Amino acid sequence: MAINPKKQDMPTQAPEERAHNFDEVALGYTMEMAVGEAERCLNCKNQPCVSGCPVNIDIPDFITLIKNKDFEGAYQSITRSSSLPAVCGRVCPQETQCESKCTLGIKFEPVGIGRLERFVADWHNEHVAEKPVKPASNGHKVAIVGSGPSGLTCAGDLAKKGYDVTVYEALHTAGGVLVYGIPEFRLPKSIVAKEVDTLKDLGVHVVPNVVIGKTLTIDELFDMGFEAVFVGSGAGLPSFMGIPGESLKGVYSANEFLTRSNLMKAYREDSTTPIMKGGKVAVVGGGNVAMDAARTALRLGAEKVYIVYRRSMDELPARREEVEHAQEEGIDFQLLRNPVEILGYQNENDPRDPKNGFVTGMRVLKMELGEPDEKGRRRPVPVEGSEYELEVDAVIMSIGTSPNPLIKDTTKGLEVNARGGIIVNEDGLTSRNAVYAGGDAVTGAATVISAMGAGKTAAKAIDEYLMNK
Amino acid sequence: MYKVVRKKVLNPTVTQMEIEAPLVAAKAKPGQFIILRVDEDGERIPLTVAGTNPEQGTVKIIFQIVGGTTARLNQKEEGEYIQDFVGPLGRATHTEGIKKVCIVGGGVGCAIAMPVAEEFHRLGAEVTSIIGFRDKNLVILEEEFKACSDNMILMTDDGSYGRHGNVTVPLKEMLEAGEQFDMIITIGPLIMMKFVTLTAQPFGVPVTASMNPIMIDGTGMCGGCRLTLNRDGKKITKFACVDGPEFNAYEIDFDEAMSRGRMYADFERHAYEETCNLFKKA
Repeated sequence: MAINPKKQDMPTQAPEERAHNFDEVALGYTMEMAVGEAERCLNCKNQPCVSGCPVNIDIPDFITLIKNKDFEGAYQSITRSSSLPAVCGRVCPQETQCESKCTLGIKFEPVGIGRLERFVADWHNEHVAEKPVKPASNGHKVAIVGSGPSGLTCAGDLAKKGYDVTVYEALHTAGGVLVYGIPEFRLPKSIVAKEVDTLKDLGVHVVPNVVIGKTLTIDELFDMGFEAVFVGSGAGLPSFMGIPGESLKGVYSANEFLTRSNLMKAYREDSTTPIMKGGKVAVVGGGNVAMDAARTALRLGAEKVYIVYRRSMDELPARREEVEHAQEEGIDFQLLRNPVEILGYQNENDPRDPKNGFVTGMRVLKMELGEPDEKGRRRPVPVEGSEYELEVDAVIMSIGTSPNPLIKDTTKGLEVNARGGIIVNEDGLTSRNAVYAGGDAVTGAATVISAMGAGKTAAKAIDEYLMNK
Repeated sequence: MYKVVRKKVLNPTVTQMEIEAPLVAAKAKPGQFIILRVDEDGERIPLTVAGTNPEQGTVKIIFQIVGGTTARLNQKEEGEYIQDFVGPLGRATHTEGIKKVCIVGGGVGCAIAMPVAEEFHRLGAEVTSIIGFRDKNLVILEEEFKACSDNMILMTDDGSYGRHGNVTVPLKEMLEAGEQFDMIITIGPLIMMKFVTLTAQPFGVPVTASMNPIMIDGTGMCGGCRLTLNRDGKKITKFACVDGPEFNAYEIDFDEAMSRGRMYADFERHAYEETCNLFKKA
């Protein structure tokens, strides 16, 4: 039988429809589609895809099980390596990881590994009510700081080995960026809650409303009997450009805008969380977070949403699929553009005019690409005299974050690099004995799966450390 | 869930509560704040810690009923629970080396100023308190301030109680009379803090202001609480939740902070009217 050169298409909500609701965009494979896609796998001997996966899922194994229609078997195969399959199947950049290594991809489109992973996880959640069995305790206590992807992965791996794991979360809900950052239409919160519940079934304690560095310090965790600590506290403080007008009303960090919509549920009709809806919105930045913010603004009722990015489409760091979805939905990409000032309303005759201080527009400079920088990306250079005004009512800054100082400031001997990221060795061990770290707290803003990979590495190292102690 | 252990009405719009939160009670210092949610799906609101009882594991909060959330919080009775309570957040009041301090509080801001005054008193500093209210009915914590102050001046805007006038009146008198404060700490409405700062400026007395901007997470993640400081001719952005809430008042751009504070004024008014029919009728 000839191999289909193309991946099975992912069914999606029509763009004109989904632009006005928060339901999931991608609808998932049917059983027939999944089996059909699994049959495209060559099952090659050297398994390059596995090396492309930060958590080393045995990809050919689970795909073979799908071919054999043993979907629960496929789920069990994945969960041996990943604690969050339904999440990864949705938000991993497979095109630059497992799928980029796929042998089939040399000639044709690679196997849709991510879509198959999602299918398997959803199939399990829909068909299997059986809870995982809590492993026998080994009597060792480990504390995890932060319930985002790195923390949950580390917690899951250690719990499976019998550790007594407690996850401390600063916010009121577990999930970290999976609940405050990634919107419902890309990752339904019910799926995150389900993955967290699975960890609880494995015996993981999740304690919300505890800010490590404030409510408790790392040293106090050791005093409380924890023998090792993993810090997965996430990205931290949002960056701003330092241009005039960034304090005007209507200027948000992407973190604030997305947190209001996702965690605080402003996306719901009945929500009491204030957020600016409607009007024209400019999102500054080109990463996945920028795409999420732009598409959220659209769904909240904006009449026009711009992505303002200083390089060209080729350099745009967001996942291709997210960019395509955004374009289909009508997001206007203003490429090779850099904001120089945000403009606000000011009634000179009436200082009490309620419109005073609200955003009215943004002055933007056209850019062109010059010489490559140290990372090999062509540097954007301003085109002289090209400034013009873009009429907008809100601006969302999505240009990255800098690490949160709370833990560094309260943990003696914890070394950080010049950008404030926690310094770790290849096992995730910090400069402090028995303190491990991973995810954005170490690397600065990166992906969910790389954070999960770091959580996994640290879990392995913590296990080795405590077993040999 | 966090239990409301005690509740006391301080005036018709201000309520004091003690909440069972042992981890917070063990750590909180004057000047720090907490964030709470009254119920599932409620908003997160920051409130400054008004006192702690580490033995009983309780934290005292004092709040003014200004919107939907505070109205719902006020409906909780002793023995009932609130959904979330997290802290202590922000930095504690800087007390080192301050021997003579003037605390200037306004309105419900006095609830935040009170534990700061108490802390200086406990540390042996000479404490002058100037507390101001709109009228007699809104006066809170008079006895508490008397107990921890060497000199306490109570002002009302309409003269219905204490001295008539703004808090800046006695402050100016004292500074003109040659009082040497190591520090003035001001906590209250932004407009009041701005004028306290302008009053102190000609005398070269350091002023600290406690900021209470719009916040969500309170841990430095959202950036909603940002404010602009003018330092050495440069504008710098700081986050009240992790860098504050107290700042050198001479550096603060108060006008910008006032403008930002009104971002959701319309939204809040609607929410308040919808939530609180009781108050609408009154």
